[in-house]
Amino acid sequence: MNVATAWALPLTWAQHLIVLDFATKVRWALWLIVGFFGIFPGIVAYMVWAERKVAARFQDRIGPNRVGPLGLLQPIADALKLITKENIVPRSADQFVHLLAPVLILVSAFLVMAVVPVGLGSSQRDHPAHFNGLVAIDPPSGLLYLIAVSSMGALGIFLAGWSSRNKYSLLGAMRAVAQLVSYEVPQVLATVPVILWAGSLSMVEIINQQLDYGWFVWSPPGLVSFTFLLIANLAEVNRTPFDLPEAESEIIAGYHTEYSGMRFGLFFLAEYLSVFAVCCLATVLFFGGGSLPLFDYSRIFGAQTTTAFLITNAISVSVFSAKVFFLVFVMFWVRATLPRMRVDRLMNFAWKYMVPISIFNILIAAVWYECVIRPRPAPQIGGIAVPNWLLGWVVTLPLSALTVWAVIWFNRRERSALLEQSRSRTNIPLAAAAR
Amino acid sequence: MIIYNYAFVGILLLGAVVFALAPIVVVWLVAPRKRSVAKQDIYECGVRTHGETWIRFRIQYYIYAIMFLVFDIETVFLYPWAVSYGSLGIFALIEMVVFLAILFVGLWYAWAKGVLRWV
Repeated sequence: MNVATAWALPLTWAQHLIVLDFATKVRWALWLIVGFFGIFPGIVAYMVWAERKVAARFQDRIGPNRVGPLGLLQPIADALKLITKENIVPRSADQFVHLLAPVLILVSAFLVMAVVPVGLGSSQRDHPAHFNGLVAIDPPSGLLYLIAVSSMGALGIFLAGWSSRNKYSLLGAMRAVAQLVSYEVPQVLATVPVILWAGSLSMVEIINQQLDYGWFVWSPPGLVSFTFLLIANLAEVNRTPFDLPEAESEIIAGYHTEYSGMRFGLFFLAEYLSVFAVCCLATVLFFGGGSLPLFDYSRIFGAQTTTAFLITNAISVSVFSAKVFFLVFVMFWVRATLPRMRVDRLMNFAWKYMVPISIFNILIAAVWYECVIRPRPAPQIGGIAVPNWLLGWVVTLPLSALTVWAVIWFNRRERSALLEQSRSRTNIPLAAAAR
Repeated sequence: MIIYNYAFVGILLLGAVVFALAPIVVVWLVAPRKRSVAKQDIYECGVRTHGETWIRFRIQYYIYAIMFLVFDIETVFLYPWAVSYGSLGIFALIEMVVFLAILFVGLWYAWAKGVLRWV
């Protein structure tokens, strides 16, 4: 399609809608209205409440308890407050871009959720032992799409900081972009082992492969990948200890200093929606979505009936939510525990630790594939068949450990060399030289 | 089957824009509007802002951006390799070792040159 006819793209989409069958249209409408504009914002509102409660407990307080029982109406009260607040835009700001930025961030957070399978779905369409996922759409390149739209958020953050024409906003935005691009590299590299093992970019296919092989987190390269994905996710959604872009003790509120009322509320909504989305991503990639280990839904409930479909999905959606909310709780926990990082250590950690280890980790993941996943007869040692997973652990665990140790050792050596150099050159005390 | 999936993305995009703009419109209708010169100033510590904001920024950030670009394009090559690794076999692994080694040398060079040191 060339530029001249690009304006007709929405019309092409509309045409595709016309040829859709009725069931798909109903499914999409339900997803859009009930899921995206009903349940997801609701979850986000109560995540804010939950975070306040959890943080309060960590600090030996009670948390919100005035508005409704247990403070459960607090999110509604907050929304009402945000709506009735005056919208203040600085005189010198770029008015249009100032409005565009929160919208763009929220759109990116919403688009991410489109490919996340929240349950196992039915097995009526495909192979009886597999599930087509309870998901809005399942494009064959789902994970690539997810990575692409999630990095749109960085653009929104930069536009917010730049358009405010506030020095603190710009500082916050520059920090945010530097941090987001730095941590996107280990985040993306951490997904490569999963793709390699699943042999597909489709999120549903990734879950189905885990029904066959077990959760991808149970392997040395999988553990390393999962840890890095968790850390990079924290950095991608600007949460403690990676919240330098909005460090209130240094730069007021970072890129959203000049946002008030509902526009600030949109940033807030988008941030928590992103937290939810990245936890969903980690669950799908490493914890098998809505599946339980050693629990074959289709064998227990049957695969073809409507009852089986309903029971399977009730259980799998609950399991999926439990996993996601555990990861969300871990994020709250980290926030209540760790202080903010220093900027040079933040960048060092991404480029000098995570990127080299992730690169080696991809190769170790390929070794794991050769040992465990590639179909072949189990090796015999002394007449006893060795299970594939045991062989995999024996081969890859030393490799993973060696990689992590080597990178840490190399960094230590470089650090002490720098220290030595700066100490011999000047006479400054050790503490100052350590930076 | 494949293309029409993205129709939903288009609908969701429009829906999300509406969802984001709706509260802003409501605020525009409901919220009070009392303008004043001081209120519409930039919020910088309470004193009047000094100097221009849109200035040249330090080079460090751009160097990190360039490094990011290198590794982002690397993943464009890594993804197809990872997807079809199962059918390619051991030769693809060796090729990828060579590719990653070249890339790693690049990272090492940047590291040795002090590009990755935040000053």
